[in-house]
Order: sequence, then structure tokens, then C-alpha cells
Amino acid sequence: MKSRATIVGLTLFALIVVAAILGPMISPHEVGEISTRRLSAPTAQNWLGTDLHGRDLLTRLLYGARISLLVGFVGASISLVVGVAYGLVAGYFGGRLDNAMMRLVDILYALPRIVLVIVLISLFDLKLKHALDHSFLAPLAAHARLLLLFVGLGLVEWLTLARIVRAQVLTIKERPFVLSSRLIGQRTPTILFRQILPQILPIIVTYLTLALPAVILEESFLSFLGLGVQAPLASWGTLLADGAALLNPIETPWWLIVFPAAALISTLLLLNLLGDQIQWEKSSR
Amino acid sequence: MFSFLSQRLVSSLPVILAVLILSFLLVRIAPGSPFSSERALDPAAKALLEKKYGLSGSLPEQALRYITSVFQGDLGDSLKFRDRTVLEIIGQSLPRSLLLGSIAFVLSLGLGIPLGAWAAAQNGKPMDSLLNTLALLTLSIPTFVLAPLSVLLFAFYLHLLPPAGWGSLNQIILPAFCLAVPFVGVCARLTRTGLRQTLQSDFIRTARSKGVGESKLVLLHALRPALLPLVAYAGPLAANILTGSLVVEEVFAIPGIGQFFVNGVINRDVFLVSGVVLIYCLLLLFFNLMADWLTALLDPRIRLSS
Repeated sequence: MKSRATIVGLTLFALIVVAAILGPMISPHEVGEISTRRLSAPTAQNWLGTDLHGRDLLTRLLYGARISLLVGFVGASISLVVGVAYGLVAGYFGGRLDNAMMRLVDILYALPRIVLVIVLISLFDLKLKHALDHSFLAPLAAHARLLLLFVGLGLVEWLTLARIVRAQVLTIKERPFVLSSRLIGQRTPTILFRQILPQILPIIVTYLTLALPAVILEESFLSFLGLGVQAPLASWGTLLADGAALLNPIETPWWLIVFPAAALISTLLLLNLLGDQIQWEKSSR
Repeated sequence: MFSFLSQRLVSSLPVILAVLILSFLLVRIAPGSPFSSERALDPAAKALLEKKYGLSGSLPEQALRYITSVFQGDLGDSLKFRDRTVLEIIGQSLPRSLLLGSIAFVLSLGLGIPLGAWAAAQNGKPMDSLLNTLALLTLSIPTFVLAPLSVLLFAFYLHLLPPAGWGSLNQIILPAFCLAVPFVGVCARLTRTGLRQTLQSDFIRTARSKGVGESKLVLLHALRPALLPLVAYAGPLAANILTGSLVVEEVFAIPGIGQFFVNGVINRDVFLVSGVVLIYCLLLLFFNLMADWLTALLDPRIRLSS
């Protein structure tokens, strides 16, 4: 049922995930390991060269893959949960509630959302860290910024999905099987999650393949501006920002820009092609 | 037309108000003060400063004071760039960002529509899938990757264009190009999908059977309805160019409004941040309004005031 292109794409993506998980374990270098080989071009010892502090770029890239993919997965999942729940409720109950909920989505659509995320993240970082430190979640305190990123990016992306899900639910809830399950006395949550949700699952999967690259892109955008993932953690966006900061006309360490860029672009292109392919297969079936 | 405009204005007002209050409160609640960035300030001096800038009293009081002054046309003073009002800063930096953004906007549409139309005409041939992959590639290259890479190539290796700065014509080319590239891909894909759907509709088949030539068919009959999704995208496109501009201004050291915004957030410069957010919001509402108006203009079935 799945075409060869889809399978090839999924395999390649699985390879990236495996590299992100296993790569740092295999690498002979530690992620924060500083050496005297500063700004060295690719050699046999450092396959992709080193940065300003003599850290191995390949190792940093593999760790960066973990962060970028993690933010992508969690952010997309949050937007998925919020968007599906919102769309289900608005579409199923309809009427005035639906009107109010969709008006809110319209308003949020009109806002510069990423700008609000920037404000949210950079301003509440310390507050959240402080709050976590004094709670039972203290081990998480070091990752307050990461948690804010998850939530902030998840909250940016859910609007489109909410609209799609609502539109679907509007037509599905009129179908006979929903009426009959209501007639045999099933409760509303059961109808929503056991009857309607499975019907819109294919759309959700398609959406996920498109939301994943979008969130990864937005995270790297924020990290590039210095507002995303912070040291000692590094995402691909952070690495790119570090590389771009060293740009100068006299001697440019090109590997610090080219390799992180290649990692980011090829992953995003792969995911976009995959999403496009899945969408196309669905529409031509 | 007039009732549509007034309706829109009335419904936009609460949005603007909500955004203003939200951004003001967010910056005020956040830890850190705009007055004591390096060392702690004497409490008495801090209280005086806060009083001077209207930041004393409870948060709702401050917000109310700010909103009132905004509606009187006063966006307040910048707390970091002393002696400059927010209006002055916006007045100086906004035109630069608008110029850059408009060029990128025109580039995206001007390159995206012909490329998309070409792809649609190639329906299913190798050229079509090549163009589609290229479009997806432009979507996968973030502006902040493209910008340093193109500086590396065009400025440092080929010495064709200046790497940064603002003021001369050849300093605009590289940033505008970098800003536009991802959106060329989006526009091309939207045009291709829209055109292909339209080319399958009945009125096109009728026109074709009457003997209308293929190029005339696309340009005169199909293009107008096919561009509707693109027009609807114009609002979000403007928004995305605005946020993309944050990075481009950073990389090319352009003193636009995005630079002031990022610095404002870092400095807790509350009036500057809220002022810029207000401007962003107004611009977006304006672009969405224009998009809806254009949609109605292109599609006679849509009536504005309904």
C-alpha cells in the first residue's frame, strides 16, 4: 500500500534518528571536550573539524540532532493534542461554543505568534527555573528553557490542525454510526474518542509529518537568535549561530556553517518530501 | 465596502487591545528591570525612575495608564535608548524593514507565480517533479542558513556584493533575496495546485473545445480563479516575511525594526516591545484586510459585507 518512495523516506529518517541516539555513544570525543586544536578544518581526527574552543563538530552535531529532533517531536505532539482536542470539541458540540472557539482561532491567526513566543520564552525562563527549583521537579530546573520551548512551539502550531479537525468532525458527526452510538447510550467522551477520533486519524498522521519539520525549523530559528536552546545544550540552530558569528572576510571556518546547515536542510527536506508524498498518495487513492 | 471596513475595524479593536495588554503585562511580569541591568539600583532612585516613566503602582494601573496614552497617540519613551521616544525609533527603523519586506514580497510573488504556472503546464513530466522538489528545498532552507551561506559565497568568495550594512542599493539585494527564497517555494506550490485544479474544471473544457489556445487559456481564463488560494495566503506571507526579517536584519546588520524588537525584549524595554508588537499587529490586520478585499475582487461569488 505504501509506495517505494515513502518507504525509502521513512528508512532514511529512521537512520537519522538512530544516528542521533547512538552517534554520541560511539564518538571518541566528549560533547563538551575542549582541546587545543582550535578551529581546525576537517581532519582524520576530527572528521568535520573543530570549533572556536576545539570541540569536535561531528560530536556536537550528533548531540544537536538529539535536541532538534526532541523539540520537534514534543512540540509537534503538543500541538497535535491541543489541536485535536480543540477541533473535536468545537466541531462536535457546534453552535455558540463552536462560534466562540473558532473566533478565538481567527484572532490567534492574526497575531504575530512567533513574536509572542519570543516574549514568552525569554521573559519566563528564570521564573520557571526558580519555580521548578523549589518544587519536587527540581531535576528539571536546568531544562526550564527547553520546557518553555516545547510549550511555546506547540502552542504556535496547533491552530491549523484545530481548523482541519473541526471541519472533519462537522461532517462525521452527522453520519449514521455516530447517531446509532448515541442511541445505544454511549457517553459523549466515548463517542468522541472511540468513534470519531479513529476516523480522522489519517489526517492527523499527514499533519504530523508536516508539523515536525515546521517545529524543528522554528526551534532553530529561535536558537539562532539566541532565544532558544542554551549552552551547554546545543541544537542545530545554536551550532549555526555559532558558525555565523565567526564569519569574517579574512579567514572563514566554512565547515562550522556548511555541516550544520547540511544536517538541518537535509532533515527538513526529507521530512517535507515525505509529507508531500504521503499527502499525494492519499489524494490519489 | 464601507460597512465591510467599519465592521472589520470594530472587530479588530479588541484584538489590538488584547495584544497590547498582553505584551505590556508579559514584559512587566518578567524578572529583571529595565533600569538595573548591570548593578542593582538604589531603591529610591528606582522608584523615582518608575514614577517618571509611569511604571509605578499596581500592574493593572500601569497597563491602564499605558493603554490610555497609546490611544492618545503616545507610545511612550524607550527606557534603554534614553531621550528617544518609541514613535521616533519606529519612525526611523520601520521604513527600512518595510522596504526590505516589500521587495521580498514582490520577489516571492513575481518568481513564485510564473514558476508554479510553468510546473502546472508540465503536468507530471520530469520537469514538474524537479520543480516541486526545488520548491520543497527552498522551504527546507531556513532564512538564517541561507543568509550566512550567501554572505560566504557572494561577499567573501566572489566579492560581488557587500556582506552587510544599509544605505546603498547593492546592500539591499542580498538580504531581500535571502528573505524571499522560502516564500518563492510556497507561492509556486500554491499556484501549481490551484492552476491544476482549475484546468480540470468544466469552463476550461468548454473554452478549450471552442478552440482557445493553450497559453491564452492559462493566462486569460484559468489564472484568475487559480490565484485565489495565493491571495488568501498573502496575509500569512506578510506575517512570515515580518518574522523572517528578524533574522535577516541580524545577519546583515540592518538597523530595522526587528533589531530594535529583539534588543527591546532582552533589555525589558517595555514601551519599545509593546510598541513594536502593536505595529506588527496593525500591519498583519491590514494585510489580512487587503487579502480579503482582493479575494472578493477576484471571486465575484464572495460578497464582503455578508
